Amino acid sequence: MLNSVTMGQYLPVNSPVHKMDPRAKLMVTVLTAVTVLVATNWMGILTVSLWIGLVLAATRIRLVLYWQIYKPLWLLLITSFVFQVVFTPGEPLLLLGLLSLSKTGLVAGGRMLWQMICLLLVAAVLTFSTTPIQLSTALERLLLPLGKLKIPVREFAMAINLALRFVPTLFDESRFLIAAQRSRGADFTRGGVRQRAKGLIPFLIPLLTNIFRRADELAVAMEIRCYRAGAERSTINELKFKLPDYLAVLANLIILIIAL
Amino acid sequence: MFCMPFVQTTKLTHIYFKGTPLETVALKDIDLEIPEGEFFALVGASGSGKSTLVQHFNGLLQPTSGRVSVFGDDISTRINRNSLWSKVGLVFQFPERQIFSSSVYEDIAFGPRNLGLDENEVKHRVETALKDVGLPAGILQIDPATLSGGISRRVAIAGILAMQTPALVLDEPGAGLDPQAKKQILLALKRLQLEKGTTIVLITHFLEDVVDFAGLVAVLKKGELIASGRPKQVLAQPELLLGAGLEPPFPVAFTRKLSSKGVRLNSSPVTIDDLARAIQRTYQNTGPGDR
Ligand SMILES: Nc1ncnc2c1ncn2[C@@H]1O[C@H](COP(=O)(O)OP(=O)(O)OP(=O)(O)O)[C@@H](O)[C@H]1O
Ligand SMILES: [Mg+2]
Repeated sequence: MLNSVTMGQYLPVNSPVHKMDPRAKLMVTVLTAVTVLVATNWMGILTVSLWIGLVLAATRIRLVLYWQIYKPLWLLLITSFVFQVVFTPGEPLLLLGLLSLSKTGLVAGGRMLWQMICLLLVAAVLTFSTTPIQLSTALERLLLPLGKLKIPVREFAMAINLALRFVPTLFDESRFLIAAQRSRGADFTRGGVRQRAKGLIPFLIPLLTNIFRRADELAVAMEIRCYRAGAERSTINELKFKLPDYLAVLANLIILIIAL
Repeated sequence: MFCMPFVQTTKLTHIYFKGTPLETVALKDIDLEIPEGEFFALVGASGSGKSTLVQHFNGLLQPTSGRVSVFGDDISTRINRNSLWSKVGLVFQFPERQIFSSSVYEDIAFGPRNLGLDENEVKHRVETALKDVGLPAGILQIDPATLSGGISRRVAIAGILAMQTPALVLDEPGAGLDPQAKKQILLALKRLQLEKGTTIVLITHFLEDVVDFAGLVAVLKKGELIASGRPKQVLAQPELLLGAGLEPPFPVAFTRKLSSKGVRLNSSPVTIDDLARAIQRTYQNTGPGDR
């Protein structure tokens, strides 16, 4: 489980999408997501599907890896589809006992399924192709105008940055602790609920202690480098919008208009 | 009589994240045999695959291809893998991170209790293990969170020793310990090997430790096994060691330096004693005119 590619993992690949300005990627992600949510006409649905397909191909990441992110989620997807179909009122096409399937129900269910699949794909493209640091820098830049309204954008971005930075640490520590305690005979899968909960202690306690210790070390390291909340900071890597970035955002705007 | 080895691997290959852009080949076609009752050292630079290799020995990892058998059982079957923890104790790198109990006693007792032993036996084993790592009995009731890093390390190691498994694998147990504490632990391991016939596999960066304690040594380089055999033979090859990113033991480095200055010893000493003897012999065999 901890050795397969998951949502949120950055995959280093040399692709046009990876080279894009992270701000453009963030904008395209949001625009595509909005388009997927508002698209009602067939033309819009078709164009945005094609657009997502094009972006997917441009990432040069094998489709199997996109497929992997659905593995833990397919049950959720199917259930929501069934609920949507069954509970949407409409002219019945087919009667199954007490349940009636209507054309409107099927269309509504299908549309929702399509939306969820698209949104997951779009999110996967963003995280597969963008490092956490790039992501939080882009967010900070795009939200900076809000700073005028006395919203602490920089601190917000730093908090996100630090949280993202701890994701791999959390994974590493979990992997280590599962392996280390299993080597001492711990079994998280045996017995009833009580016993299982108790079995988690040797895993959870050191996980928390170790993560807090790391956080503490990080705080000290930031402080001795003179980080202060609220202080003005500059960045090493200035972001730059290039032609492909403008084109991608423009294309996406056109698609949004088609779908409306 | 046919003697079953502790570990036997054939063409063991391990690839992390196979088929993704994150793919890393950690081990390539490793053929290795570790005899039972041996003190076996595994050396190699950072990232050469040492930790990955030993996690196959207690069933935590499975080979991507190739075969691994431990005490004669193939680890590709789940049943064999799941019982291995009780036969092969594994001390991870920086094991102090795994301590979770509120007293030293409880933490060391965790493994033995999972073996289903009665409390008297558990107590006896905890005390023996504590002595092996050189800690006083007074420490047993203390909260591990208040201990120094070096002492916590020894507590964590004691937690594995207390299971008294027929084989022990230790991943750099001495890293970051003071030289005396490290020596004490290695001596305890040697004692276990000699008195109880426990098989010991030791991962280390320090070739001096290999010379002092191990009967066999294997060298990994970028996931490949480039040498294995008796320490006196393997470690006497400075070029091989340097190529693998390792620092040759002092006597080997010294001999190499002498030969680069034109002084050739008539043997390849690996220990300080052998070096002294070799120098003496060379000195005696050279006539006054040659000096
Ligand atoms: N869980 C993992 N996921 C992905 N790659 C890994 C994982 N563990 C190790 N690797 C990679 O496999 C290779 C071998 O790593 P390994 O930890 O076995 O080396 P090592 O010899 O123990 O190094 P060190 O002396 O630094 O502990 C390295 O390239 C490492 O980056
Ligand atoms: Mg290692």
